[in-house]
Amino acid sequence: MKLITAIVKPYRLDEVKTALQELGVHGLTVTEASGYGRQRGHTEVYRGAEYQVDLVPKVRIEVVVEDAATDDVIDAIVKAAQTGKIGDGKVWAVPVETVVRVRTGERGPDAL
Amino acid sequence: MTLAAAGVDTGDTAWLLAATALVLLMTPGLALFYGGMVRTKSVLNMLMMSFVSIALVTIVWLACGYSLAFGDDIGGGLIGGLDHAGMAGLAPDSVQGTVPTLLFATFQLTFAIITAALISGAVADRAKFGAWMVFVPVWALLVYVPVAHWTWGPGGWILDRLGALDFAGGLPVEITSGASGLALCLVLGPRLGFKKDAMRPHNLPMVMLGAGLLWFGWFGFNAGSALGANGLAAAAFLNTLAAGCTGLLGWLFVEQKRDGHPTTLGAASGAVAGLVAITPSCGSVSLLGALVIGLAAGVVCSYAVSWKFKLNYDDSLDVVGVHLVGGVIGTLLIGVFATATMTGGAEGLLYGGGLAQLGKQLVAVVAVAAYAFLVTYGIGKVIDRAMGFRAGEEQEHTGLDLTVHAESAYDHGVLGHGAPVTATSSVPSSVPAPQKVKKQA
Repeated sequence: MKLITAIVKPYRLDEVKTALQELGVHGLTVTEASGYGRQRGHTEVYRGAEYQVDLVPKVRIEVVVEDAATDDVIDAIVKAAQTGKIGDGKVWAVPVETVVRVRTGERGPDAL
Repeated sequence: MTLAAAGVDTGDTAWLLAATALVLLMTPGLALFYGGMVRTKSVLNMLMMSFVSIALVTIVWLACGYSLAFGDDIGGGLIGGLDHAGMAGLAPDSVQGTVPTLLFATFQLTFAIITAALISGAVADRAKFGAWMVFVPVWALLVYVPVAHWTWGPGGWILDRLGALDFAGGLPVEITSGASGLALCLVLGPRLGFKKDAMRPHNLPMVMLGAGLLWFGWFGFNAGSALGANGLAAAAFLNTLAAGCTGLLGWLFVEQKRDGHPTTLGAASGAVAGLVAITPSCGSVSLLGALVIGLAAGVVCSYAVSWKFKLNYDDSLDVVGVHLVGGVIGTLLIGVFATATMTGGAEGLLYGGGLAQLGKQLVAVVAVAAYAFLVTYGIGKVIDRAMGFRAGEEQEHTGLDLTVHAESAYDHGVLGHGAPVTATSSVPSSVPAPQKVKKQA
């Protein structure tokens, strides 16, 4: 199993969710996140005083999938989140040792 | 300003009753205006500084403030007597002009309240709450009350002797609060992280709501200062609306040219700057004068709020940049735009009155600003020596809401709701008896 983590622009979240549902991914976790990459931040002005805001709002989407589905899921996320402009985000995958469904105690891929 | 034996005019009284309530509403409005501009960690403290001002100034005013400000002059136009201390000698049938004296005293009280509350913006996020509770009554007695007497008291030296004009409080309210704010922020020093950390307003809709309430209340402030339901009140009312509008537009115009964006904070600040400047002048200038005065304040104040970064004083919410600067503009421009159709005599430069009125206005501005600055600086220093005026470093980092008031303004997210720790009847008996929280040293 793999944990796929995607940091994307907040307004692409609905597209990513739809794409994952079409792939049959039935669960995911979304967190509001802040960060910056090459995009850096933006400037805000209050009563003439400029503030450099480094951290840009993002959403962090986490989904655990079976190994065989990893590439398809990553491709779907990338396609749905892409705008072609700087600041589109990152997606990465790491191996997951085990998963337990809390309600039933099922373990491994059955718990997904 | 004599205690005429003439009867009460019900129309005048009805309007002044309403105007008094309007002016009192400005202080909660100011609390929201300021509260939205600070960070989430100290918003409740900001609101509290205004709210306690209502209570503290009222007590002082009833005890002796009203008498010292509006009692008969005891010498030189500097201060009134103590004849009416504790509101002695004032009954429901006492009359001031055409309204009950008790109403007049309450109307004037609401001005003293907001002036004290205005100063809190200069020391946002870092004042010790206990020190503020001491400062407000002392300041009201030593600074507001004398200046109010000089300006509006019977025989006061500024209006009755010098002949300067101030309709609704450019001197006692705007210039006094601004100069005092400057003094107090110098006593306390800058917030931790001043000019380094981004100290962004945490809730701009709250700022807009506060500005709206201030504007609404300002009609009572300015048109109420006619002390009657009459044509002068109507003219002051319209001038108030007009100057707020040109102040708003002037500030936005500068922002668009200078920063590239018209902001909500700029719109709120510009309207307030225009209203500040029309406060002294609304009863002495024509509509054209009001439009120009508001515009001048909006434009100049939008630059004045940046001075603190160059000169290194942390006037956190721009009491100096808006109230001192706007108050000076409005009070001085009376010397230019005063017209006999409003004043019944005095005329400004533009209406053929020469420089005489402008000179009188200048004397009053300099005297009041210097007095308020020096005395407030002294009060601040004494309190700082005696009990410390500045909150501790850790309190300031954590925020005064949690460390002083043991509250949080906002419940963020799903974590940290906690459980009740004091005994209540709803706690089941199976739960071990909760322990009362010990006060931390």
